[in-house]
Amino acid sequence: MQFLFDRNTWQEIFGSISKNKTRTVITVIGVLWGIFIYIALSGAAKGMDNGFESMFETIAKNSMFVWAQSTSMPYEGYKTGRQMQLKLGDATMIENRIPQVEYIAPRNVMGFFGSPPATIGRKNKTGSYTLFGDFPQFTKIAPKKIYDGGRFINDEDIDQARKVAVIGERTQKELFDKDEDPIGGFIKIDEVYFQVVGVHKFEQSGGFGGDGDIFIPFSTFKKLYNTGDNVGWFSIAAYDDADVIKVEENIKNLLKNIHHVHPADDRAFGSFNLGEQFNKIVGFADGITFLSLVVGIATILAGVIGIGNILLISVKERTKELGVRRALGATPAEVRNQIILESVFLTVIAGIMGIIIGAMTLAMIDSFTQDIEFPYTNPTVPIPYVLGALVIMVVLGTLIGLIPAQRAVSIKPIDALREE
Amino acid sequence: MIEIKDLHKSYKMGTNTLHVLKGLNFTIAEGELVAIMGSSGSGKSTLLNILGMLDELDEGSYTLDGVPIKNLNETKAANYRNKFLGFVFQSFNLINYKNAMENVALPLYYQKVPRKEREERALKYLTQVGLKEWATHLPNELSGGQKQRVAIARAMAAEPKVLLADEPTGALDSTTSYEVMDLIQKINDDGNTILIVTHEEDIAHMCKRIVQLKDGIIVEDKFVEQVRASQYV
Ligand SMILES: Nc1ncnc2c1ncn2[C@@H]1O[C@H](COP(=O)(O)OP(=O)(O)OP(=O)(O)O)[C@@H](O)[C@H]1O
Ligand SMILES: [Mg+2]
Repeated sequence: MQFLFDRNTWQEIFGSISKNKTRTVITVIGVLWGIFIYIALSGAAKGMDNGFESMFETIAKNSMFVWAQSTSMPYEGYKTGRQMQLKLGDATMIENRIPQVEYIAPRNVMGFFGSPPATIGRKNKTGSYTLFGDFPQFTKIAPKKIYDGGRFINDEDIDQARKVAVIGERTQKELFDKDEDPIGGFIKIDEVYFQVVGVHKFEQSGGFGGDGDIFIPFSTFKKLYNTGDNVGWFSIAAYDDADVIKVEENIKNLLKNIHHVHPADDRAFGSFNLGEQFNKIVGFADGITFLSLVVGIATILAGVIGIGNILLISVKERTKELGVRRALGATPAEVRNQIILESVFLTVIAGIMGIIIGAMTLAMIDSFTQDIEFPYTNPTVPIPYVLGALVIMVVLGTLIGLIPAQRAVSIKPIDALREE
Repeated sequence: MIEIKDLHKSYKMGTNTLHVLKGLNFTIAEGELVAIMGSSGSGKSTLLNILGMLDELDEGSYTLDGVPIKNLNETKAANYRNKFLGFVFQSFNLINYKNAMENVALPLYYQKVPRKEREERALKYLTQVGLKEWATHLPNELSGGQKQRVAIARAMAAEPKVLLADEPTGALDSTTSYEVMDLIQKINDDGNTILIVTHEEDIAHMCKRIVQLKDGIIVEDKFVEQVRASQYV
């Protein structure tokens, strides 16, 4: 092992490598390409993974929406085509009967699903905005960032049907002056005064919503628009370990039961299962990560085998040279070590170059996708992966170098010298 | 310096064996300059290769500087070659991607001589063969005679006990051959033991002793009056 730390060894290897430039370049490109593919692919996969993750940051991963439609089957004396309506009581039933449900938030809206938006006014300014009637637990399902000094709707707001509102960034900009503190200020929602208690920061998320949205307590919404116990839709989050598809099915079956709908009627209630979509996407991202790992490792392998091959050819070409070296006193071990070290050295140099170029490519892609709406953030390759790749390369480089090295010493010096 | 007794060597070629050396005996003292002559296929190279530990003898004994040479593994043979022997080949066998100085320094590398000293000694021997100015030139920038002089410098750099040269002038014209022989004679004048395989009568007579091989036996072994090559240069 001492030869490894001998400057002379490295001078000899460096000499032989740098003087056989074409050979060196060709071999290096093989491995460089492999490690580059590996780094670029797994980094890109990681970036997509991160991108999807951040897309779901604003909403619980195992959440779903359930809304009412109309029946498609007659049942218990009811005709087909009956318009269904979700009620506040349904939420209590769901919470009580389906233990996998962690949070359920009944919601109503003006400005969506055919209803006109609310007209909001302040002093001499007016505008149309989407208005939600919400419970506090809605933020457990879809966390809202509220600017300092403000808050979201709380339980007392609900109990007392307070006239308070959480407004969006855009609403603030459009209704309030630049240096004016909106908290505590009043706005008119469809001719009724509301006090602003918070401003929410808008974040692009998987669901619908915008930077102008206004939230008021569910109970206040109910009074304002005479919606009674009617609920537009439920936002529901299941526990992390729950099977979201099963939960969705249970909820709909329960609703059918409550509302006297034929158990086989799939039209009466609609739903969108974010959890299911999320699992699909995660599966997709995992698949890509795995694929890039397989492709990357296969390419590295191919590159290293390429190095072995070229070294094998070069050992044949250099038969005479190696014969001369042995006539001059090189021992078989010295010849063997030189070939193996050449192999490892080339592999590692190529590998490091591949890692650098791969990282640069990733950084470039990152800066290109910075501004566009594509789920791609922070494409990094975990350090252990990189180190692992380097270790694999050293090991493979050694192993593959063994073949030409053995070939080089298996021929007797006298025969090597006779070679033309 | 060199002593061989009843040396036999045969090559197996399929079913038949070719008996190349059929019992050779001679002793070469330190400081001798010996020419080995004989027709093509008479076994000159075979003998030289055995003396150079590049090949093994079948029967008989070989003693080099009092050390019996037998049952060598490759590593041991390499070490002996490195310490005791210098080789000069007909086709020079310089390493084409190393310059003249690096070629000369190569045996010193295998002697684990530090680089600085390696280069100094290489330069010293290049100066001796008159090629100091060519130190940084690659072999393909040198003439045949210059290449052979670099090869001789390389063989001498390790300061071997014996210099073995297989047709060192075989690829050179006569003027260049005499230059190379002049160099070899000077090295011999310094007390080095040298064996030269040659076809050429005039080259052989520039040595001090001629061993004639024929069909694997020594038919003649005589000391001669040395012709100095310098008079032709
Ligand atoms: N490795 C080998 N295998 C088989 N036969 C060999 C081998 N080396 C040499 N020979 C044979 O041994 C005989 C002697 O060969 P050698 O090379 O010693 O002759 P030489 O005297 O040097 O001839 P030349 O003057 O042509 O160089 C030849 O007939 C040759 O064919
Ligand atoms: Mg010969």
